[in-house]
Amino acid sequence: MTNKISLNMITQRAIEEGQAMEKGKTTPQYFEACSVCEMNPEDMKKLGIWRNTNVRVTSEAGSVVVKAIEPTQFVPPGLAHIRQGVWANQVVPPRTQSTGTPQYSGFPVTIEPAMNEKIKSALELVQGSVGMWKGGN
Amino acid sequence: MPKLITQVGCPYCGSSCDDLEVLVSDDGKKILETHNACVIGNEIFHHVSSPSRPKKPRMRQPDGTMKEISYDEAVDFTAKTLLKSKKPLIYGFGSTNCEGMSAVARVAEKAGAVLDNCASICHGPSFLAIFDNGYPSCTLGEVKNRADVVVFWGCNPMHAHPRHTSRYSIFPRGFFTTKGQMQRTIICVDPRETDTAKLADMHLMIKQGHDYDLFDAFRTVLRGHPIPEEVAGIKREKIEEAAEAMKKARFCMIFFGMGCCHTDGRNHNIDIAISTTRDLNTYTKASIMAMRGHYNIAGPGQVWSWQFGFPYCLDLSKGTHAHMNPGETSSIDLAMRDEVDCFVNVGTDAGAHFPIAAIKHLKKHPFITVDPNICMASEISDLHIPVRVVGVEEPGVVYRMDNVPIQFKKVIDGPEGVPSDEELFDMVYKRMCELTQTEPFWILAKGHAQASTPTEH
Amino acid sequence: MAELLVKGGFVIDPTRRIDGDVMDVAIKDGKIVEKVGPGAKVIDAKGKVVMAGGVDVHAHVAGPKVNVGRLFRPEDKLFKSPNAQKNYRMEMGFSIPSTFKTGYDYARMGYSFVMEAAMPPLHSPHVHEEIHDTPIIDEAALPVFANNWFVLEYLKNGEIENSAAYVAWLITATKGYGIKLVNPGGTAAWAWGLNCLTLQDPVPYFDITPAEIITGLIKTNEYLGLPHSMHIHQNNLGNPGNYEVTLESLKLAEGYKAKNKFGREQVMHSTHIQFHSYGGDGWANFESKAKEVMDYVNTQKNITVDLGCVTLDETTTMTADGPFEHHLNGLNHLKWANVDVELETAAGVVPYVYDKDIKVCGIQWAIGLELGLYAKDPMRTFITTDHPNAGPFTRYPRIIKWLMSKKAREATLDTFKHKDKVIDATNIHGIDTERTLYEIAQMTRAGPAKALGFSRMFGGLAPGMDADVAVFDLNYKSMPSDPEKIEQAFQRASWFIKSGEIVVKNGDIASHGNKRTIWVNAKVKENPQVMRDIHEKFLKDYTVGILNYPVHDYLAPHPLVIDVDVEA
Repeated sequence: MTNKISLNMITQRAIEEGQAMEKGKTTPQYFEACSVCEMNPEDMKKLGIWRNTNVRVTSEAGSVVVKAIEPTQFVPPGLAHIRQGVWANQVVPPRTQSTGTPQYSGFPVTIEPAMNEKIKSALELVQGSVGMWKGGN
Repeated sequence: MPKLITQVGCPYCGSSCDDLEVLVSDDGKKILETHNACVIGNEIFHHVSSPSRPKKPRMRQPDGTMKEISYDEAVDFTAKTLLKSKKPLIYGFGSTNCEGMSAVARVAEKAGAVLDNCASICHGPSFLAIFDNGYPSCTLGEVKNRADVVVFWGCNPMHAHPRHTSRYSIFPRGFFTTKGQMQRTIICVDPRETDTAKLADMHLMIKQGHDYDLFDAFRTVLRGHPIPEEVAGIKREKIEEAAEAMKKARFCMIFFGMGCCHTDGRNHNIDIAISTTRDLNTYTKASIMAMRGHYNIAGPGQVWSWQFGFPYCLDLSKGTHAHMNPGETSSIDLAMRDEVDCFVNVGTDAGAHFPIAAIKHLKKHPFITVDPNICMASEISDLHIPVRVVGVEEPGVVYRMDNVPIQFKKVIDGPEGVPSDEELFDMVYKRMCELTQTEPFWILAKGHAQASTPTEH
Repeated sequence: MAELLVKGGFVIDPTRRIDGDVMDVAIKDGKIVEKVGPGAKVIDAKGKVVMAGGVDVHAHVAGPKVNVGRLFRPEDKLFKSPNAQKNYRMEMGFSIPSTFKTGYDYARMGYSFVMEAAMPPLHSPHVHEEIHDTPIIDEAALPVFANNWFVLEYLKNGEIENSAAYVAWLITATKGYGIKLVNPGGTAAWAWGLNCLTLQDPVPYFDITPAEIITGLIKTNEYLGLPHSMHIHQNNLGNPGNYEVTLESLKLAEGYKAKNKFGREQVMHSTHIQFHSYGGDGWANFESKAKEVMDYVNTQKNITVDLGCVTLDETTTMTADGPFEHHLNGLNHLKWANVDVELETAAGVVPYVYDKDIKVCGIQWAIGLELGLYAKDPMRTFITTDHPNAGPFTRYPRIIKWLMSKKAREATLDTFKHKDKVIDATNIHGIDTERTLYEIAQMTRAGPAKALGFSRMFGGLAPGMDADVAVFDLNYKSMPSDPEKIEQAFQRASWFIKSGEIVVKNGDIASHGNKRTIWVNAKVKENPQVMRDIHEKFLKDYTVGILNYPVHDYLAPHPLVIDVDVEA
C-alpha cells in the first residue's frame, strides 16, 4: 500500500497521558495513552484506513509507528495530534527558531498505513535510539 | 488511628492546589486515601508506595545492566564527573522544591555548568517575550474574585491543569463574581475543539500556527480599525464579537499555553499577547498569565533570578559571571551542537520529553539522572540516584503558576536512607569541595538555625 | 568570638555627640565594649573615619517585584559584574542586583541593616527566601497594609482594635516588621484599573478615603506600640503639583504622639519624599517644591522622611503603587510588569532612564538634594534612593558626595543639557549648604536606627550596641579637596566589622558574616471576631490555605525576634 497523506502535526498534553505518566512510563497505561495519533475521520478515509489502524508517521526528524485513532477532542481535517511523550518525540523536530524551544507543534508529517508494523514500547524507542536496547524487536 | 492531613499541596501541575486531604496510616508511613485531588494528583500520592520504586542509586555496568551502589559512591561519582567535565549541563527541576534548586545552583556554580530548567522546552518563549514586553499579570485569586471574561489561548486546562477551571478560572464563585460561571464569558482559541473549548461561550477554532495573525486582528479591532473578512480561519464578525466582549469586561483575563510557545512564532506570539493585554488596559482592567506546566516550574525562574539574575539557560562556565542567551545556552541547542560533555537530569524526564535527536547527542557523554522514579532518562543513564518525592515525603517552598509561593507539606516519611534533592546536592557540593581542596561556603540549609537572641528590648 | 580593637580613628557617633574625636572602639562577642584585653586583634584606623554600620530605612531588595525586575531585565546584567571575587558567589546585576551582590555591596559600603520596604503578605515566604540568600546584612521587611481588604473594612467602621488585632496577626504570620502604606486606597482601586489621586477619592466598593486609611493606620500603629512608625508612600506619587497632597497627608500626623518602648519619637515616616515634592501643573512647568515640603517637615517633630534621591542612572522602578507604574509606562513606553495580589495589594515594574539631558530628570535630581540640604534635623531626614526606583543603593556614596560638596553639585549641573532650565525650576544652584560627616552619620546611621526603633542596637558605637563598625579612608582633619575621593571612600570601606566579625577588608568581602532576619512578634488580646474573619476570608476569597500562609521558621534560620505585647 503506497497511500500517503501530509498533515500538520501538533503534540500536546492529554489527561490520559498525565495520569499514565505518573503511574510510570513503562506501564501499559502509558503505552496506550501516548502511542496514538489522533486524526480526523476524513483524513483516515483519504489514507484508506479504519480507525485503530497502525500508521507510520514521518517528519524531517524521524519516524514512528503509532495507532491512528479518532480524536477524543475534535481535530479538523489536515491536523494531526500525537499526545506529548516518547512516541511524539521520535518525530518532533529539534529546531528551535533560536529560542531554545523545539518545534513541538506545527510541523509537517507524512502518514502512511503500517498495518503490519508493530508499535514499539517506550523503552525500546528510547533505549534503541541510543544503542542500548537489549530486547527483541 | 489513621490521620487526616488537610491543606496538602499537590506536586503535579502549575495550579499547585493546596487543598488536598490525605489520610495517612497510623505509623505515618502509608497513604490510605487522598481527597480533592484530580486523577493525576491522586496517582502521584499513591505511586510513592509502588514496590517498583528504587531505593538506592543504580550504576550502569559494562554489560548494560544496573547495579545498586551506595549514596556515598553515587555522590562521589557525580562530583568527580561534574569536575571532570568542561561544560556539564544540569537540566530539569519540573518536580522539586526551591530548596533543591538552590542547592543545585551552588553545585552548578562550582562545576562551571550550564543550568537550565523545563521552561527551556516549554514557556521559554514566554520569558523571551517578557524580556521584551513585560508581563501585566495578577494572582489567581484576582481571577476568581474579579474576572468576568476569561480567555484560554492555546491552552487546555481541562487536560493539563485539571482543577484550574474549578479553583480559579471558570466555575468558582468569588467576592465580586458571586454567580460563578454564570457571570463569566469564556473565550477559547484553539485549533482543536478541546474539552476546554467545549466549556467556552465562544470557541475560535484558529488555523493552527496563525496565533500572531489573530492577535494582530484583535489589536486592530480594539483600536477601531477594519480587518479582513477572515483572519487565521476566523470570520471577522466572530473576532469583533470576542474583542468587544474583552473590551467591555470589567476584568479580562488571558491565559495562554503551549499552543503559542511550541509553534511558529514562539516568543512573538506571546509578545503580541502581552501587547493585546496592554492595549486592553487602556479601556478596562486586563491581565495575562502563562499556564505553567508543573507545580514548581516557576520556582527555578524565581530562585535563579535572585541568585544570578536569569530565569533559565544560565551558562555559569565563565566562572566570574552568568551568561544567558536562549538559542545559544539552551539545553536543546547545546545538545544539538554537541557543546556539553555531561548531562545531569534532575526531577524531570528528558528521555521522554526531549526530541529524540537531542537525547542521542547527550548520550555520547556521562548521563546522570536524579529522580524518585524509574523513567526514560533513568533507563539510559550511567547513574540513577533516587530522591524523596517533594510534596509527599519532603516539604518545601514551591511557586504556583502565578508566582505565589506556597509552603508544601510532607505527608509521610520517605524511604529510609533516601535523601531529598537538597540533601543530595549539598553532599555533592561538599564532595566537590573536598576533591578540589576548597572551603565550602554559603550553606545555610534548613536546620542550621541558631537560637534567637532577643535584645534588651 | 575574638576581640577586636579599632584603633586611633576619627570616631563619629551622633548617638553620643562624638564628632571626629580620636578614639578606640573595642569589640567583644559581637558587641561594642568599654575595653578589650591586650590580645585583641588591632585594626589600625589612624587617619581614617570610624562610624557605626549604616542603616537603610527603605529599599526594595528582596521579594516578588524585585525579582520580576531581575527576571525581566537581562540587560541589567550585561557587563555588570565588576566585583566578582574568588570563593564568593557570583555577583550579577546593576540596578537590581542578585541577592548575593546586594549583601556584598551593602557590606562594601559599610551598611549593616536594610529594611525591605514593601512585602506583599501573600508572597512573604518569597521575601524570606531572598533575605535568607542575602549574605552579611541584617534585614527586616514591612508588609503592606493600606489596600488590604481586612484593614479597609475595619477602618471603614472605625474599628481600631480589630484593625490592630489583624495587623498584629499578619505581621507575626509573615515575619514582618511594621506597617507599610503604599498609595492608600489607590492600589485597591487599581484592581479595577482605577486610582485614588487625592486624599478624598473614595476607594471603589470599600467606600473609605485615603485620609481615613492613613489616620486609621497611625492609630493602629500606636495602639500596638510597634518599634517603627507607620511608614507611608503617599498618594499621587510622581505627578506635577503633587506637593499639595503631600502636605495634606503629612498634616494628618498632627496631634498624634508616638507610644512605644523602643525610643521612637515619630508617628509617620514619609518615604522617598523627593517623588512627592513636585510643583507645576504639567511637565512643561514642572518645578521643585522641596522648600515648601521641607519647611513643613522641619516644624513637625513627629515626622521622619527619607529622600529618594535621583542618581541619574538607568534603573528599574518598582512599587506596590500599581497604577503609578501603569501611568509611567504610558510615559516611557518601555516594558511593563504588573502583579495584582488577591485581597492585599499590587505591584508594577518598569525600567526607567534618568537621563541628565532630560529637563525633568535634572529637576528631580535637584529636588532630592534640596530636601537633604533644607532639612533642619538630620536625625529625621535619611539618605535613600528608594532603591532601585530613583537609582540603585550603590549610589549612596555619590549622594553623600553631592550633599557634602557644592563643587560636586555644580560639576554635575554643568553636564546637563538643560542646565539653565533646571536652575530656573529649582533652588539647587543657590544653596551653599555642605553637609558635614557628622550630619551624614545622622542621616545614614543614628537617625534611621532611631526611627526604626532599634537605637539601642544599631546606628552608634556606644558600649552594649552591636559591633557594626565601618572604617572609611577619609581624613577628618583634612578632607580631600576633590569630592570624588569622598564618594570613593564611602563606596568601599577600608574595614567593615559586622556583628563583631571582619566582613570587608580594603573594599573586598572577607566573610559571609552573621546574617540575621529581624521580625516583630506582636501579641494582642485574643480577638475571636478577627480570627473568624481571617478564617472566613481564607475559606472563601483566598486561593491559598490558611495553614500554608504563615512563614515557616526555617525560612528565617537566623532570626532576631522583637516581642511586642500590647497587654504587657
